[in-house]
Amino acid sequence: MSLLDVENLWVKFPTRTGVFDAVRGISFSLGQERLGIVGESGSGKSMTGRAILKLIRPPGQIIADRIAIEGEDIIAMNERQMRKVRGERISMVMQDPKFSLNPVMTVGNQIMEAYRIHTRSSKTEAKRKALEMLEAVSIRDQERVFRAYPHEMSGGMGQRIMIAMMLIPDPRILIADEPTSALDVSVQTQVLSIIDRLVKERGMGLIFISHDLNLVSSFCDRVLIMYSGRIVETCRADKLHEAQHPYTRGLLNSLPRLDAPNRRLEVLQRDPAWRDAPSVSGRI
Amino acid sequence: MNAIDISDLNVWFGKGRDRVDAVRNVSLTLAQGGSLGLVGESGSGKSTILRALTGLAPNWTGQMAVVGETLGRRRTRSFYQTVQMVFQDPYASLHPRHSIDQVLSETLTLHGYRDIEPRIEKLLADVGLGPSFRFRYPHQLSGGQRQRVAIARALAPEPAILLLDEPTSALDVSVQAEILNLLTDIRAERNLSYMMVSHDLAVVGHMCERIAVMQNGEIVETMSVDDMRAMRMTHPYSKHLLSASMGVQTDDILSDL
Amino acid sequence: MTDRISQSGWRAWLTSDTPTSRRQAKLSSWYHGWLAFRGNPMAMFGLGILIFLILVAIFAPLIAPHDPLAQDLGNRLKPLGESGHLLGTDSLGRDILSRLIYGARITLYIVILVALIAPVVGLFIGTVAGYTGGIIDAILMRITDIFLAFPRLVLALAFVAALGAGIENAVLAIALTAWPPYARIARAETLTIRNSDYISAVRLQGAGPLRIITKHIWPLCLSSLIVRVTLDMAGIILAAAGLGFLGMGAQPPTPEWGAMISEGRRFILDHWWVATMPGLAIFTVSLAFNLLGDGLRDVLDPKDGGS
Repeated sequence: MSLLDVENLWVKFPTRTGVFDAVRGISFSLGQERLGIVGESGSGKSMTGRAILKLIRPPGQIIADRIAIEGEDIIAMNERQMRKVRGERISMVMQDPKFSLNPVMTVGNQIMEAYRIHTRSSKTEAKRKALEMLEAVSIRDQERVFRAYPHEMSGGMGQRIMIAMMLIPDPRILIADEPTSALDVSVQTQVLSIIDRLVKERGMGLIFISHDLNLVSSFCDRVLIMYSGRIVETCRADKLHEAQHPYTRGLLNSLPRLDAPNRRLEVLQRDPAWRDAPSVSGRI
Repeated sequence: MNAIDISDLNVWFGKGRDRVDAVRNVSLTLAQGGSLGLVGESGSGKSTILRALTGLAPNWTGQMAVVGETLGRRRTRSFYQTVQMVFQDPYASLHPRHSIDQVLSETLTLHGYRDIEPRIEKLLADVGLGPSFRFRYPHQLSGGQRQRVAIARALAPEPAILLLDEPTSALDVSVQAEILNLLTDIRAERNLSYMMVSHDLAVVGHMCERIAVMQNGEIVETMSVDDMRAMRMTHPYSKHLLSASMGVQTDDILSDL
Repeated sequence: MTDRISQSGWRAWLTSDTPTSRRQAKLSSWYHGWLAFRGNPMAMFGLGILIFLILVAIFAPLIAPHDPLAQDLGNRLKPLGESGHLLGTDSLGRDILSRLIYGARITLYIVILVALIAPVVGLFIGTVAGYTGGIIDAILMRITDIFLAFPRLVLALAFVAALGAGIENAVLAIALTAWPPYARIARAETLTIRNSDYISAVRLQGAGPLRIITKHIWPLCLSSLIVRVTLDMAGIILAAAGLGFLGMGAQPPTPEWGAMISEGRRFILDHWWVATMPGLAIFTVSLAFNLLGDGLRDVLDPKDGGS
């Protein structure tokens, strides 16, 4: 059984001029793998991630035939039941840790709280677990970080803390929405390798949302390419550079390359037919 | 004569205990018609050099000269007719309540032009925006269109030197290609000198002939783009930065650290 | 039929994504604001009340059933609806409804004058302090702090006591005590705007501080000030009424609402309507301003991009 199975997912936003469909009927599944979702801004990739957690605010609507986590459909769940699902079974790491951490609470308290919401354990137990988790995200001086406030942390450190916080209730699925695009390249690789190690060790499924094709191709197992709310192509990540769809090809070719200099870059010519082509299924 | 000469530049923010030395003993030159890329990670001081040059960072020591003219504390209007800048985030660099028309006509007025109407039309055409964009507000434009407006504004006083502060880092890759092509064309047409700041080595490699690598406020190495492509660099930090940008497998880099 | 077509033509012109002139662009952005505002029923309700108030003030002589100043001691303290007085009469036999209608003029007069003085002073001081910084900022803000340190009504009382009682002086006193919060808001906004890229960009065009403050910072501060002023209007009306109540504002026999309450206070147990009617009027207008302010905040807040 796959960890996550999504069938015919739509995200709709009513506006003054009509209904805007951010995600238009996509289907995909996730096993114990690293699944990349790539696309440009406005392609619906972030909305997909949020819709799985049912984190779309009204008046936005989530419509789907099925969103099943380990076989259990969450579409009919109410907000209270969803709160148990979030954290315990799926977690999410956002782009910028600066906006996701509470600035007036120490790092340790935030991680402990994340743990105790779901487990009703004692304080000492929670602290032990939090320190363990900080160690798991390769933070050397755990006691010091435990007592520190978020603003005392660098961007890379903040993102590691976020990961620790999100993984402490031991979820089965992690959604990472551009987790490294606010970070410098060298820090980026460290954070990615931490995510990678933890996901592997715990047998989790990872959905990695990013605009960076090279990053996704080197980091993930399988890739969904999204364009204006639909999946236009899926492929194995290491075969991304052999992708067939003109949109994917256009994105790849528009990147400047150090190893192949040319005076002018190729410009993506958008074909209106891409928008209307039916969504490709991302199920295995 | 060089377009830009900088020697022993130090720039700092704050004072006393809070003083942060953002740029330390930086010397660099930009030949006329040349292009220089500054690369480094956030906090390496690369943008601060541009801000000191344009007078936006007031605390500095050292010598800076633009087209042979030494810069003092204050920038004259003729300086701004020689040097212009394009900012990183096109969502932040346009006034939210000013239409494109207002932005360009104010700029032209400030530089003392009289024939504003034809100039606005020409500027818009030069950056690939049709006349229908003229009376729109920034929130009616996409990121790429906004950045084109910002480029038009920078071109308005017909400068000789353009400073580019991460001009495409907030844009999608397909839009980035369009903007970089536009900048390449403009440079060829107007024989401009570029100084470009970026964290993306591929972008800088595409746009610039010379590259300066910065770390902690200092330039650790300057090389030609051919040297960089051939990995002929000496400083370990430059090597590290390049290998990280080349998209080398995660594990290799970690073992490298 | 033609009417409808020309109407939809106007709408298309106003909502066009590609305006062809400065005027159209400006009008179109106003129209979009109006569409957003119209979608808020409470704000529309507030606006409706205020338009009604303005109409009443303009046409007071036509609407008022009686002379607001005419005394009729034989008919004093008549309850609601008795002998042609819809809202009754006060202790001198004057028709309360007519006094309320004429009082709307005074209320509007106060509101407009204060709204013209206080935010303008606050905007000027706040933006100059925020943009220039350093010693000028320190001096201006300490002055603001001094004004803020006094309770508003007490300070206004002191001003009126020094200037003499009367409605103009009451307005002046209220305005003088009302500007510091606006200066604070304008300064805070300026501090965030000052370091933004679009200000840097216009500095790189050689623009001086005066142009930057008036053309680039003011338009952005203005919207939050307008919202704040409308939300404060209730407080201003109440302060004016308070001064009137204490006998420091409008002088008898002027039908100012606060003064009317003060007068009615003496009979509040036996003749409740004398104080209640002007109280209800103040309450309604204050509420209307608050609703309007809430609606304007949704439309004008620049953080939503104004789209």
